[in-house]
Amino acid sequence: MRPWLSSLIAGLLFGLGLAISQMMDPAKVLGFLDLAGNWDPSLMLVMMGALAIYLPGYLMWVKPQLAGRAEREKSATASVISAEKPMTWHLPTKTRIDAPLVIGALLFGIGWGMVGLCPGPALASIGMASGSLALFLIAMLAGLAMVRLSQR
Amino acid sequence: MIDMANFTPVESVVGGMLIGAGALTLLLCQGRIAGISGIVGGVLSQLWQRAAGELSWRLMFLLGLIIGPLLWFQFDFAPAISPTLQSYSVGWLLAAGLLVGLGTGIGSGCTSGHGICGIGRLSVRSVVATLLFMASAIITLFVVRHLLGGAP
Repeated sequence: MRPWLSSLIAGLLFGLGLAISQMMDPAKVLGFLDLAGNWDPSLMLVMMGALAIYLPGYLMWVKPQLAGRAEREKSATASVISAEKPMTWHLPTKTRIDAPLVIGALLFGIGWGMVGLCPGPALASIGMASGSLALFLIAMLAGLAMVRLSQR
Repeated sequence: MIDMANFTPVESVVGGMLIGAGALTLLLCQGRIAGISGIVGGVLSQLWQRAAGELSWRLMFLLGLIIGPLLWFQFDFAPAISPTLQSYSVGWLLAAGLLVGLGTGIGSGCTSGHGICGIGRLSVRSVVATLLFMASAIITLFVVRHLLGGAP
């Protein structure tokens, strides 16, 4: 499959999933985060549904290839989808629980708990053309850009 | 107490499975992690460093992410999404967005990258990050909603 087409299909599936699961509704997300109020477990089921597809797929089709990557590098049969050229995996290699991971996750949680928006639903909602969303998005992009610039 | 009136188990699982299918498609076809903050950060990095072929898959994925919900909601988000965002002040929205951008940038991932793709690859780093940002969000919302009595 052409790279741009598979990426578009992946994005469409992801966006449809966010819409159908109602995770684009900040009130719904806050309903999950509000353990002290009336708790809505929906978000947990969304994650479990996603993992029910992703985890077996990873274990069946990706992990075996990563394990045997060194041996297979010359045989050019590593790709699942296209047999023409071997797949290049761009997967995170860090394993250490370091300070940036902890600090970043805690900061992200504060912002997420303030309004109920995380990056996926925030971007998927662009079509809503909301001014409030635009403010959130501009600040989010600025934050991401600052981190990237500092890592340059 | 579980909020049975708002709990949507079927939509959550079906939507979650679509999200998982989208993320798995990107993994199998591109060898990439479907982490939204990472993908957006990658697009932003292109503004000052160019790497051929790195931009198109990201833009196509984001395009799909935006088009998917537009098609599902038939270009009208209003009935599906609560108008909670409009009740926040400009400063609150900017602060939340900045924290989400900085946090996901520093912590190398958000709900999708760590919560689905990371846990789906059995990454201990991602499990820790997910538990931390969820705890941080839960505490933030508790303070804002129940201690300070503000925000919806």
